[in-house]
Amino acid sequence: MDNLTNLLNGFGDVLTPINLLLALLGVTVGTAVGVLPGIGPAMTVALLLPITYGLEPVQAFIMFAGIFYGGMYGGSTTSILLNTPGESSSVVTAIEGNKMARAGRAAQALATAAIGSFVAGTIGTLLLVLVAPQVVKFAISLGAPDYLAIMLLAFAGATSVLGSSRIRGFAALLLGLVIGLVGIDKVTGQQRLTLGIPQLADGIDVVVVAVGIFAVGEALWVAAHLRRNPGTVIPVGRPWMGKSDWRRSWKPWLRGTAYGFPIGALPAGGAEIPTFLSYATEKKLSKHPEEFGHGAIEGVAGPEAANNASAAGTLVPMLALGLPTNATAAVMLAAFTSYGIQPGPLLFQREPKLVWALIASLFIGNLFLLLLNLPLAPAWAKLLQIPRPYLYAGIIFFASMGAYAVNAQPLDLLLLLVLGLLGFAMRRFGLPVLPLIIGVILGPIAERQARMALQLSNGDVSGLIGGPVAYVIYAVILVMIAWPLIAKLRRKIMTKDVVYTG
Amino acid sequence: MSTAETPREARRDTAQYGVCGFLAVVGALVIVDAARIQHIANSNDPIGPKPVPIVLGVLLLVVAVLYAVDVARGGTGEAEEGEDVDVTSAIDWRTVLLLIAAFVVNLVLIDPLGWVISGTLLFWGSAFALGSRHHIRNVFIAVALSLITFYAFAIGLGVNLPAGVLQGIL
Repeated sequence: MDNLTNLLNGFGDVLTPINLLLALLGVTVGTAVGVLPGIGPAMTVALLLPITYGLEPVQAFIMFAGIFYGGMYGGSTTSILLNTPGESSSVVTAIEGNKMARAGRAAQALATAAIGSFVAGTIGTLLLVLVAPQVVKFAISLGAPDYLAIMLLAFAGATSVLGSSRIRGFAALLLGLVIGLVGIDKVTGQQRLTLGIPQLADGIDVVVVAVGIFAVGEALWVAAHLRRNPGTVIPVGRPWMGKSDWRRSWKPWLRGTAYGFPIGALPAGGAEIPTFLSYATEKKLSKHPEEFGHGAIEGVAGPEAANNASAAGTLVPMLALGLPTNATAAVMLAAFTSYGIQPGPLLFQREPKLVWALIASLFIGNLFLLLLNLPLAPAWAKLLQIPRPYLYAGIIFFASMGAYAVNAQPLDLLLLLVLGLLGFAMRRFGLPVLPLIIGVILGPIAERQARMALQLSNGDVSGLIGGPVAYVIYAVILVMIAWPLIAKLRRKIMTKDVVYTG
Repeated sequence: MSTAETPREARRDTAQYGVCGFLAVVGALVIVDAARIQHIANSNDPIGPKPVPIVLGVLLLVVAVLYAVDVARGGTGEAEEGEDVDVTSAIDWRTVLLLIAAFVVNLVLIDPLGWVISGTLLFWGSAFALGSRHHIRNVFIAVALSLITFYAFAIGLGVNLPAGVLQGIL
């Protein structure tokens, strides 16, 4: 019950008028930016970072919580009202959601997404309260070799996302690790890859990397392929649901949450798998399977809940282990580090006030999101019609401002451009960006853990492998790496009926 | 992402060999840079700062080769899709280069002239690059955005943005 007391204290810290105002502001701005086409949750957080620079850490986190959920919800609004999905995690929402909207049921689609997100987010955050401290307790007993294994698991997870090329994922990871190398080695003070430029001695700021890869890279990529006739936006009134919609939605919400949270909490989880699983399940269980593909409300309710619950789930490894498993968590982690706060097991001991204030504001942000989105949906829909030149010029404008503001040096703008071009090339050649950003953030930590492990074993290489926890993790990594082989074997065995989900 | 095949991908995407080359060059650069580091090892840090970059450099070279093999076998990466992206169209280099130019103008002018002026040029230039031809309206929007962000962030929130030549006026 210790956690509950902590949580109540967290609420106590958050529930002041100024903090509530910041939470409301975070949710509003987060949703508004997240709704804009081409801007996913990760880019929303990255672009809105500068807003929080002038705030105290606790207040900044309160705002982050709002931006986080707002950005997530904004993304699903876009995929329902526009016919093309932005994020891979909202692909499924777009399948049914857009069909519903075209059939004149946009209001119901938005309502089930909003309420489902609220339900899933609330349950997910509650589970976070229960699970994270347990993970912390466990994590404190872990040694350097175990951490190294966990980091490697995160690398393996990020590079072998379903359906994408592993070699391209691995290439992206290595590029990220190299970017992470730049700067002075913390242990010996030796400069690495600084090319003699003094400003590079402190390394390349993760915020600059995130903004460059996500925002500038995306803007350049879209600019190169801009649709001259942007997708038609479907007009929408105030979201509402009829009785039968409620009846058809509540079970998918809960099932989606049940998929989303645990998978999101895994170091190699993510949001794609639970949303696809949820979609497949709802299709199978539905009493109206014939509606799937033509706008079935279950197909929006379940995946949306799964998406949001997995977002709450990713906060478990992020806060308890310092391990980001999706792009949004990676950017949040970058933001935390820019405040000099290193998430991980020690964070719960050193800064309990901060952690619990953040968690309390997740609840509050989620509630505001619901209160705000139902009445404001028509306004959000209008944002989708913003002229594209202004939208992408605006992204570049705010990205430049944010990157400059980190250290007030023009060199960061040059780095931003170079990283933006890298992000552009990665999008062109189908290299995933998540492994890169994870490599930048976790690479230096993994190296430190490896060197600590070797220090404990006096340089003996066996010190890297460590105890039972590490063995289990390495076994998991092996399975993940060998998965295409295993899958191939399985397919040979059951060639009769090829099951294709999604 | 979607598994839809565009007819364009039926053709070989040989530009991918450029990516392999890039990875190899980065790998070589990392190794060369690491070779320059003096070997300092003591009981506190048995391996020193050298091995990790060397391992990464070697892995990059290996990946560059494997990538090339994958490309030779007909492997392609799926270009990223999005709400406003039409992947079937060819890359519009004119827009991209103009955007880069606007970006560079901001990067060069931000310190001497200040954010309000360089930011205005950045927004106006980007909007122009992206095909907006309402020149006068764009100037007003760009100036308004730069002024609002300057007052809100630099003065309101204490974020680092230079006033430049307008120091004292703003």
